[in-house]
Amino acid sequence: MFPLYAAGQWLGVGVVAAATALIFYVYLSRRAIPAKYLLPGTLLLVAFQIVPVVYTLSTSVTNYSDGHRGAKEQAVDQIEASSVVRTEDAAEYTLTVAARGPAATGELVFLLTAPDGTAYAGDAEGLTRLEGAEVGPTGRITEAPGYTVIPAGEANARSAEITKFAVPTGTGTGIRSSGFSSAYEGRSTRVYDAACDCVTDTETGRVYTADDERGAFVAGNGDRLAQGWQVNVGVANFTRFLTDPVTGTSFFGILAWNIAFAAVSTAGVFAVGLGVALTLHTPRRLAGRTAYRLLVVLPYAMPAFAMFLLWRSMFNTDFGLVNRLLGTDVDWFGEPWAARAAVLAINVWIGFPYMFLVATGALQSIPRELVQAARIDGAGAWQAFRSITLPLLMVAMAPILVATFAYNFNNFNAVWLTTAGGPFPPDNPMAGATDLLITYTYRLAFGVGGAQYGYAAALSVFIFLIVTLISLVSLRRSAALEEVHR
Amino acid sequence: MAPSSPRPAWSRPSAARRAAAWVGRDGWRHLVMLVVLVFALFPILFVVSAALNPLGTLSSSSLVPRSVGADNLVELLTRTRFGAWYANSLLIALANSAATVFLSAMAAYVFSRFRFAGRRLGLYGLLMVQMFPQFLAIVAIYLMFSVVGEHWPQVGFNTRTGLLLVYLGGALSVNTWLMKGFFDTVPRELDESAQVDGASHAQVFFRILLPLVTPVLAVVGLLVFISTVNEFLIASVFLRDPGAKTVAVGLYGMVADQRDANFGMFSAGTLLLAIPVLAVFWYLQRYIVSGLTTGAVKG
Repeated sequence: MFPLYAAGQWLGVGVVAAATALIFYVYLSRRAIPAKYLLPGTLLLVAFQIVPVVYTLSTSVTNYSDGHRGAKEQAVDQIEASSVVRTEDAAEYTLTVAARGPAATGELVFLLTAPDGTAYAGDAEGLTRLEGAEVGPTGRITEAPGYTVIPAGEANARSAEITKFAVPTGTGTGIRSSGFSSAYEGRSTRVYDAACDCVTDTETGRVYTADDERGAFVAGNGDRLAQGWQVNVGVANFTRFLTDPVTGTSFFGILAWNIAFAAVSTAGVFAVGLGVALTLHTPRRLAGRTAYRLLVVLPYAMPAFAMFLLWRSMFNTDFGLVNRLLGTDVDWFGEPWAARAAVLAINVWIGFPYMFLVATGALQSIPRELVQAARIDGAGAWQAFRSITLPLLMVAMAPILVATFAYNFNNFNAVWLTTAGGPFPPDNPMAGATDLLITYTYRLAFGVGGAQYGYAAALSVFIFLIVTLISLVSLRRSAALEEVHR
Repeated sequence: MAPSSPRPAWSRPSAARRAAAWVGRDGWRHLVMLVVLVFALFPILFVVSAALNPLGTLSSSSLVPRSVGADNLVELLTRTRFGAWYANSLLIALANSAATVFLSAMAAYVFSRFRFAGRRLGLYGLLMVQMFPQFLAIVAIYLMFSVVGEHWPQVGFNTRTGLLLVYLGGALSVNTWLMKGFFDTVPRELDESAQVDGASHAQVFFRILLPLVTPVLAVVGLLVFISTVNEFLIASVFLRDPGAKTVAVGLYGMVADQRDANFGMFSAGTLLLAIPVLAVFWYLQRYIVSGLTTGAVKG
């Protein structure tokens, strides 16, 4: 608590004090026994799941996205900084492009060495002194604590973003890059005037007026400046896929494939898992049964993320094992239906051992006398299975099938680590043939095509509603929840 | 394998008839299992082969290695910081599964044994929170830990403690349901008679119930261990120093660019990561089937 107090973070102090008071109350009082057991888990749940979810919900009604991140003042700073042009006496800096977080997606930061050798970190907010940076022989910063230096290859991928990036250094000045290794401080050509709440371009004489509903500066002919600010847009993000035909088509296409993916995956793992369990389920002694069981479960014990990546390599068109073994030359991840079939096959491979374990347990819990009695009464093997074993099995398996469906509905890794949502139609690089809603949302939120965080948050609310609805309806019909109402 | 049923001595069945009888009786089981095992095991065989392939590229890897060497392993251990990643992964996964099992068991105990205001809401709420796509929360978690890290660097970014805290936010989850189902199968008379003898609620929990629900504790521990080792989305945002990564983040970096040069190292790392999982699996296998099903069956 003391560091918060010292920094004057009164909200933080309040939260810590309230949590401490709650802990003391629950554990010192003799009553509230359930709370004693629930409190630690619940506090963690609130802090790291519920608060983030609520934050996401709150951004779903804003236009939070690239160019609409912060407050209006920051937008003005950015407009002035990014419009700078090189002047005669411009100060030159040595530049290292870096990021906060991963090099491919993190927030851009310019690590700068001034002509006098001082190191700075410059972000969209402005310059700060940089301590503890490692400087190379040319004066270029090679490493700095808390920042990831972006290697040349990845910098190329983000070059458009880097070219646009500007560090405000004061009223009417800013630092921009020229190439990936040097930067200059210049004078702005676009200037904000608080009196008219507008930005004037001194070169063209154009005036951009602030539009507080859209969070942008707009000129008389409708042109908007790229840098805006975050405003409340109400339900616009939610109605967007109904009103915008392009997003609407991709949304419903993805939704259909997403449901098919979850359903076929669940049916596939259930069929294979139950099939294997039935094969090994016999009252007689079966040679090698234990060995079979252990070998079948082996895929489940392998690290799944690595196996997805491995399968991706096996489906590689040029060097992949699948094409070499089958003697084919299929561009697995380049054709929509081949990619879909591949993703489903991979997902069944990953998932069936778990279903096998569950089905084995469920089969063993069905009394053998029931099946034997049916056989004595003249039922064939198939009939006994259909009318006795399967219904009893479904009672035990139904909740697990529902859970499997819900899990696969949001199975991010299965798609992102294999096809990454592709292949993409040439006219729409945002929605691929194997995209699930969750990978589509991820691309919208963190993708290279410009982050649309507010819209992604709105989509995740949709995903949440769909999955919850499906799960609750089917769980309610199964016996699993009966006890809750007792 | 031969049919054991007594057969009249005068009929000497032909070889074809005997084979048909074998297939009809148990032989088909072996044939089906053969097909299933080919499907289940060939990717694993490929990893093993690629890990042993001294050239270490995807294009030179095959199902049966042409030559065998430990080059990939040596390269993995010397050129990357695999040792540190490995230690990080194991430490975080063990700590997370131990803490999750404990927190979840406590919650399952009260959900199973007590009736209190908000019980139903709590149980449904746990399921609902899980269904929200969590990765968008990364933005909020990022903002949160940027602030926290300024004041308490020991739980900020690049720390295992911080990542563990985020993971523990999911300690109460579907696992709690699974455990509650198992707790429900333990007769209430047991704790009631203990309470008559003067046991407190804590004694009932620690001394009577916990030993009886060991299978489900083992299963939840295993499931959490596996999913923590496999988690890479949050870890990749959270751990940025090369020495602070987990195996998942490190291995992903090796093959993320689709090029095939590091494939041998990647395979060797995958196998090394499978060893602890297999060990835990082997150690807990006698609990797994009963732990997975009992909770679900009784609901």
